[in-house]
Amino acid sequence: MASFAFYLFALLAVAGGGLLVTLRNPVSSALAMVLSFVGLAGLFIGLNAYFVGIVQILVYAGAIMVLFIFIIMLLDLNDEKPAKFKLSTVLAGIVIPLLLLVQILGVIQSGLHGEEAEFTKIDEETMKVSAKEFPKESAIYKSLTHEKSPKLPDTNLIGHTIFKSYNFPLQVMGALLLVATIGVVVLSKRSHKKAPTDS
Amino acid sequence: MDTPFIIAAAIKIAVFIGITMSFVSICVIFERRFSAIIQDRVGPNRTMIPLSILGFKKDLALPIGGLTQPVADGLKFILKEDFTPSYVRKFFFWLAPVLVVVPALLTMAVIPFGSPMEFGDTIIPMAIADLNVGPLFIFAIASLSVYGITLAGWASNSKYPFFGGVRACAQMISYEIALGLSVIPVLMYFGGLNLGHIVEDQVTNGWLLLPLWNEGGFIIGSGYWGEPLVAQRLLLLIPIIISFVIFTTSIFAETNRMPFDLPECETELVGGYHTEYSSMKFALFFMGEYAAMVVGSALIVTLFLGGWSIGFGIDGILPTGAWWVSLIHIGVFLTKVTFFILFFVLVRWTVPRFRYDQLMNLGWIVFFEAALINVFLAALVIAYPSIGGLGVLIGFALLTIVTILLIKVAKGATQKPSATAV
Repeated sequence: MASFAFYLFALLAVAGGGLLVTLRNPVSSALAMVLSFVGLAGLFIGLNAYFVGIVQILVYAGAIMVLFIFIIMLLDLNDEKPAKFKLSTVLAGIVIPLLLLVQILGVIQSGLHGEEAEFTKIDEETMKVSAKEFPKESAIYKSLTHEKSPKLPDTNLIGHTIFKSYNFPLQVMGALLLVATIGVVVLSKRSHKKAPTDS
Repeated sequence: MDTPFIIAAAIKIAVFIGITMSFVSICVIFERRFSAIIQDRVGPNRTMIPLSILGFKKDLALPIGGLTQPVADGLKFILKEDFTPSYVRKFFFWLAPVLVVVPALLTMAVIPFGSPMEFGDTIIPMAIADLNVGPLFIFAIASLSVYGITLAGWASNSKYPFFGGVRACAQMISYEIALGLSVIPVLMYFGGLNLGHIVEDQVTNGWLLLPLWNEGGFIIGSGYWGEPLVAQRLLLLIPIIISFVIFTTSIFAETNRMPFDLPECETELVGGYHTEYSSMKFALFFMGEYAAMVVGSALIVTLFLGGWSIGFGIDGILPTGAWWVSLIHIGVFLTKVTFFILFFVLVRWTVPRFRYDQLMNLGWIVFFEAALINVFLAALVIAYPSIGGLGVLIGFALLTIVTILLIKVAKGATQKPSATAV
């Protein structure tokens, strides 16, 4: 059952990626990318990372790709003509995925050799053991050692990790995004003022 | 994967999707009758079985008033000619209605309809999927329905549907931000994303928006409200009410309901994004809108108005886990949802349509900022026990300065551009 879900969503992700490259219509390509994101989200959820999976759909499929499609439609782009490739680009397109494949194979060989990778619920014993790292009154501890239905509190765990271990990088990233946003506003305002002088 | 789980899940899917679909058709009759009452008309108050077309003398009138009107409407949609214009982009034209309905129905999966049933050792939560990311799941899946409307506009390959699609796209993205930000104070208060737990919290501590009663009955004479934190809980009502207003309005915009139904604005765009659609494909858009409305009402009820909790302290008296209690709770939940749907209808026939720039200003300049400030306001109130009175005062002073500055900037942004600039 679980592995069936894995293959389904993996197939969805790969098919979406393949269609993204092969389809000629920009809107079709964008939708194929959405399909790929949904497949990826399914894989995350299968690994008990509900929060990451849902955010994958919310941010990428629900917001970013909508903006992509919005722009494509507004510009009314036509079908792409098949481009001629240089030998060097084709070679790069073959070599880089091969390197990645070798790396993945290496990881598989060294890490999970002989072990059946789980794609199901985490068992309760593991959760109880890992709960000991957290204070007893915290939401994470309560969720992990819940009497009737213990659950992996992945959202709380992500929040815990980000705000405890990586608080400073998070603040820096926030400042970076703010600067980028202000920069975009300033740039767009400047071009807006110039526009009347052109006409 | 155990068999009872699968059986329970299958039954729940069938029943809850069935409830949603029947609510969609009930919505239609509500909408028509309620609008008729508002406009001092009669409305569809009788539906007849047309025996006359079979050669009988008279049509058969049913004694249940206009309640069968949705059936007649549905039949009409099915029997109409399904016409596909020759100039449309066929694949997307067919895909679009499906993309509107499916997300709207999928979001129903995480709504807790009633209190969990207990059969021996097994507890069956009355939500199809008892996820730990409930509200996020709804936002994520609901944000996919924008593809349906946008694609419908684009695939129709004609002018007015395209405008409708573009409008829908921009509007839904804008209001998703307000929607997501406005719900943060609520989630901070509950400290979790599981909708089932959120409702149970409200059963024991009072509804979020109406903390008038808890498990022990009304506030008066109940131990919980004698505690010193009662002032904090009452202060928290301010950010919660702001949240509620922003959230409800954003749901209106997300479902393309009346004050914000610019994408299908009849006076400007013929029929908007579904101009080229007919028959069952049009009906799917219709169903998607109403299903989104039902889910939106269900979500508002779950987050702010206690979900399936009866209130008045009755929940504490009833035994937990009995199947009949669950059924009562489901009934209470559906009653609340019905009231909210009536509220949706009332607003539709009361408030006139916004202009498009007003819509965008409201979303980006008013709601976005208000929701952001509201997050900090709620955080200050919630953090009171740990940072003390002085910390809250300093925070409140800073927040006031930021708010005043923001209002100044926002006023500058909403000023109408001078005639020469246009």
